Order: sequence, then C-alpha cells, then structure tokens
Amino acid sequence: MGPIAINGLISANLNLVIAVFLGMGFGFVLEASGFSSARNIAGTFYGYNFVVVRVFFTAVIVTMVGLLYLSYFGWLNLSQIFILPTYLPSMITGSIIMGVGMIIGGFCPGTSFAAVAIGKIDALFFAIGLFIGIFLFAEVYPLIEKFYLSGYLGHVTLTDLTGIKPGWWAFGFTVIALIAFWVTASIEKKVRKKIKEYKF
Amino acid sequence: METLPHQEKNKTKYINPYFGGVLMGIVLLVTIFISGRELGISGAVRDSVVATANVISPTAAKTSVYYGKFLKDGHHPMDNWLDYEVLGVILGGLLSGILFKRVHKPFVERGPNVSRTRRLVAAVIGGILFGFGTRLGRGCTSGAALSGSSTFAFGGVLVMVILFASAFAFAYFVRKLWI
Repeated sequence: MGPIAINGLISANLNLVIAVFLGMGFGFVLEASGFSSARNIAGTFYGYNFVVVRVFFTAVIVTMVGLLYLSYFGWLNLSQIFILPTYLPSMITGSIIMGVGMIIGGFCPGTSFAAVAIGKIDALFFAIGLFIGIFLFAEVYPLIEKFYLSGYLGHVTLTDLTGIKPGWWAFGFTVIALIAFWVTASIEKKVRKKIKEYKF
Repeated sequence: METLPHQEKNKTKYINPYFGGVLMGIVLLVTIFISGRELGISGAVRDSVVATANVISPTAAKTSVYYGKFLKDGHHPMDNWLDYEVLGVILGGLLSGILFKRVHKPFVERGPNVSRTRRLVAAVIGGILFGFGTRLGRGCTSGAALSGSSTFAFGGVLVMVILFASAFAFAYFVRKLWI
C-alpha cells in the first residue's frame, strides 16, 4: 500500500532514482505546455494567454480526484502523505511577495528551470535571483524567526478546518475550474484581437 | 512571419493545455503514491544555498540559525529527494525542448516595449523577491500552491489564492514589461 517508499516497499536509494524520473515528467510537462516562456505565463495577468490557469487547475482536480480513488481502493493511505503546514502571517506575506516576484520576473522557480533548459537567458537571471533571495532570507532569518513561526495551525487540511469531506472539496474545485476555463476563454478571445505582435 | 528580436525563437506548437494538466496531475499523483511527497522546486534552491554557504564558511554555516537547521545530521545538504527531483525537472524540460524543437541558442525573451537590459534586471529582481517569498510561504507554486492544494492542504490553497491575486493586483504597475 502507498506511499510505497514510506512503507518500505522500495529502498531509499531507488526512491532517489525514481525522484529524477518523476522530476523529468514534471519538467517535460512544464516545457511542453509552454511554461518555458515568461510571456506565456505573464499572459495570465493581462488576459492574452490563460494556459497557466488551464494546466494548473486541471492538474489540481486530476490529483484531488485521483487521491480520493486511490484511497477508496485502499491503495494509498492518505494519513501518510505530506500535508503542507500552515503558518498564517508568514505564508500570507510570502505569497504576496511571490506574486509580485512572479509578475516582475515572469517565472516561478519550476518554470524558470524548464526555460533555462531550452536556452532562455531571462530565466537564468530569474534563477540566479532565486538563489540570492533565499540567501538574503537566511541572512535576515534571526530577525524574523518569531514572525516566521507565528500563527501555526499545524498540518491542516481543508477538511480538518471546515469538517466538509474531501469529496465535496474536489467537486467544488472542479466546478470552479470549469467556470474559470469558460470565463478566461472568453476574456482571452477579446484581448487577443488587440494584440498583434504576439504569436499564439 | 519573421521573428522579431524579442520574440520566442522557435515557437513550435505546445501540447493541449488540458492534456498537459492531466499529465501533470498524473505525475503528481504517482509522486505522492510512490514517495508520499510534494513536487517542490524552491526547497532544492534552498539546499543549494545551504551547500554553498557550507563550502564557503563551514563553521559560520553550522552556527547560523537558519543554515544550521539543515546541517545537523551530517549528510550532504544537497543529498535530498527534492534535489534529485529538480535535477530531473531540468532534464525533462530539455527533453521536451529537443522533442518539440524549441531548444535554441541562448537568448532573452521579453515584451515588445522593454529593452534587453531592463528585462534582465526585472528577472533578477523578480527572482530575488520570489526566492525570499518561498521561504516565508513554505514552498513555491509547485510545492505549496500546486501540490499543497491538490492534497487538500489549507496552506496550499492559501498560497495559491494569495499568490495569483497578488500577481494580478500588481500586474498593472509593471505592464510595460509585458505588453
């Protein structure tokens, strides 16, 4: 039963080899979907290209539904998978900073690596920036440690917090995604008429 | 149509975005099934920063409040699952680039109304902000927003919503970079 590495069904070393292949799958999809272009990513926020919304939301609902099925079949123990912890003040602040970084730089970390792989200098500069940003964080960490650790809610899921079952959350996200696909497609159609030099 | 200097050089057709999303979901699902982990990126950059600090000044790194956390048990700071996975991300991006003939000589892609220098300065600044933000946010778009939301983690949804809302709110002020 999964997660198979945690339950000792494969060795720790094999798990690391598999990590390379899983990463390859992820990098391949990022590049193949067009996330290796900062202009495609930035398009989300100016209405001329919503590829990010389509890929991202589809991936989220596929994974959500897939996890529920794997758990239902008894193949995956959901209590053993990693759940991101929540620290309210620092994570809200961090997300705001990341959003500003994304619209200025045109990438997020994963997409910048996929773009470096096909020869984008702008992505390389973004990746260097990431390294500097994390270095700066490490330098100021002693000053902000209290803030960093404040507002800890634990490794909480949406269900822990609301009592609403995961199936309903998956259903809700699917509905939101379908609405988002429809709305963004119509916005995109209008905005693209005005932009002449961008090749789609 | 001729390619302008700022445009993508070999803009061949991308795969259908919904198909891409299904593939990405399957990769994430298999990752969780095998390792129980998230598909992260920024954690690996942190590991490389820790490893660099440890090479430049091992004693300062070990006594540092932040670096020290990752140097306790004595194994190499880059010998983590995440670091192998990110190595794969770069290889996978290259593989797709080769397959779809998008690999090109190094060049700077940018908006039509921005100089090459300005684009590169913006890229570094954006990277610095994003990098700093990932540590406060406990992950980036991949590890926190995508993997977190997909595993029903409240923190993941929180990062996803605020990150996209923040980029959207700020987009107007930097529109000259892109349109």
